[in-house]
Amino acid sequence: MEADKVMCLPKLSRVAVCGGTHGNEMSGIYLVKELLKAKAKGVEEEEEETVPALLVLSNPRAMQQCRRYIDTDLNRCFTHAALTGPMLDPELYELVRSRELNATLGPKGSPEAVDLICDLHNTTANMGLCLISHSDCDWICLHIFRYLQRQMSDVPIRYIHLDVSNKEAYSLDSVGKHGFAMEIGPQPHGVVRSNVYAVMKAGVQHMLDWVTSFNSGRAFESGFVDVFTMVKCIDYPRDSKTHNITATIHPELQDRDFCLLCPEDPLFQTFSGETLSYKGTEPLYPFFINECAYYEKGIALCLARQRRLRIPAIRVQTEQEQQANKQRSASEEEE
Amino acid sequence: MSSHSGAVCLDEARRVAIFGGTHGNEMSGVTLVNLWTKNGAEIQRKRVESKPFITNPKAVEKCTRYVDTDLNRAFTAENLSATGGDDLPYEVQRAQEINRIFGPKGSPEAYDVIFDLHNTTSNMGCTLILESSKDHFNLQMMNYIKKAITPASCLVLLNEHPLLKYSTSRSVAKHPIGLEVGPQPQGVLRSNIFEAMRVILKLALDFIELFNEGMEFPPCTVEVFRVSERVDYPRDANGNIIAMVHPNLQDCDWEPLNPGDPMFQTFDGKTIHYQGSGTVYPTFINEAAYYEKQQAFVTTRRETLVASAIRKA
Repeated sequence: MEADKVMCLPKLSRVAVCGGTHGNEMSGIYLVKELLKAKAKGVEEEEEETVPALLVLSNPRAMQQCRRYIDTDLNRCFTHAALTGPMLDPELYELVRSRELNATLGPKGSPEAVDLICDLHNTTANMGLCLISHSDCDWICLHIFRYLQRQMSDVPIRYIHLDVSNKEAYSLDSVGKHGFAMEIGPQPHGVVRSNVYAVMKAGVQHMLDWVTSFNSGRAFESGFVDVFTMVKCIDYPRDSKTHNITATIHPELQDRDFCLLCPEDPLFQTFSGETLSYKGTEPLYPFFINECAYYEKGIALCLARQRRLRIPAIRVQTEQEQQANKQRSASEEEE
Repeated sequence: MSSHSGAVCLDEARRVAIFGGTHGNEMSGVTLVNLWTKNGAEIQRKRVESKPFITNPKAVEKCTRYVDTDLNRAFTAENLSATGGDDLPYEVQRAQEINRIFGPKGSPEAYDVIFDLHNTTSNMGCTLILESSKDHFNLQMMNYIKKAITPASCLVLLNEHPLLKYSTSRSVAKHPIGLEVGPQPQGVLRSNIFEAMRVILKLALDFIELFNEGMEFPPCTVEVFRVSERVDYPRDANGNIIAMVHPNLQDCDWEPLNPGDPMFQTFDGKTIHYQGSGTVYPTFINEAAYYEKQQAFVTTRRETLVASAIRKA
């Protein structure tokens, strides 16, 4: 078995760091603004050290009003169908904006798309730092994940895999050839907490360092990583008439993201003090527990299975390998 | 007005309102008021009419702090007497409506007590907000609550500052009481925060019931934190924030802040220190809604107030 076969992947020439996809998730907003300021000042002496990143404030109108979105959630607008079909409603700001972003960072699925998108988010849930991706075999993303875990060993860092195809993936990060959301919590929306900002700043810096290192030819060894693959979400119990919630996350579950939830464990507490327990048959890992923005999406928490994945050794393609690859795909297209 | 025993005689507190949703995304109050509107058994007391009320229904529906303007700043004399009907900002119209139902502010017809339920992203725990150091009824109630809740803590914030005090929804009543419980993100309902607010309100209503039944409350002292100064974030020439609450100060509401202590941290990691002349007790540290009000935190000074003995007239 070629256990240590090295996968050669194309250089990551264009990297984008996006903040403000949700206009009230403040760490990413302030971080991208600071990076833009540093860029404007012309930090020449650092030019050769890290790969320059495209810096994007995704939803400026929502940022201005310190709201998640104006008309519709921008981070649900990037499915292949939404981007390429007829424009559903040009009155919806985020639908128009998503096409602008797709033109700048994509087009999604095309050779012109940026190589890597890191989209910055915050959550009110106690999730530490999570990389969220629709892929469990994007070796670039998984190697970045492992690298962050090693570089930032005092921070809980996890990888969440949403099991959808790239076409079905609805998030901004799916526009790039590789991409993930960097989600950090807990932080209330509309607030920047210095400890959360510091973790995000370090996370982005380490990611860019890794990309530079990768592009310079360094090989990264194979290994194993644990990821959390989403299985399902559970909504709050609701009043059948008003649709208002009738219970809160149980105090024994609140803030216990990624602590195994077993059948019959407390799940919700009704307003009259009754405990409602988890009725699933399989123990699963909860996350996005009590995320503010998910009340309207009918989600009290998400549940995942933990899986161990083997990641291959990787290194960047040499110029010759890249040429050979291009010729190969060109001739494949002709056939 | 004093009886031979020295107690101040006050009118029975018969009409009590409980306001939720003054800020539409502060979920404990919204949830409690909706609950009690459906079933008010928990808030019933002998000789008390308690009315739960959602003050800003449009903001609650949108789960936002306010629609046009902050309702909890809207109860100025100017707003309450403004003409213009439907052309007025939504919250000004609401203020006038609330003043009609629960006021008029300053008149003998006004409600006796209004509890206004709030949440904050700051780590303030349970806080009672007092608007006047001379409201002996409120001081006695707060003393009662603080004692009953021991060893848990419930602190009293006094905002009597001539420049920093503001016209709250509760100010329509003779005895306005703010209940602020945190930390809780806007739009989120945390069970521990919800239960804490519920317990405080229960004790407050117990106090009113005892008072109305004729119990005399002897003189007492109440420790309060008096609002002193508003401190904004450091900003650049364009008004953009250039630093965050320092990690040493974050979540340290009510703890002493001494001259020289770290206060803010710039985005590139430099510390800005507190330059005041003496020790202060900061609160409302990093409240989400106050970024736009130019407030990173407020400083307070500790003070002990004396409350006269009180009993029902």
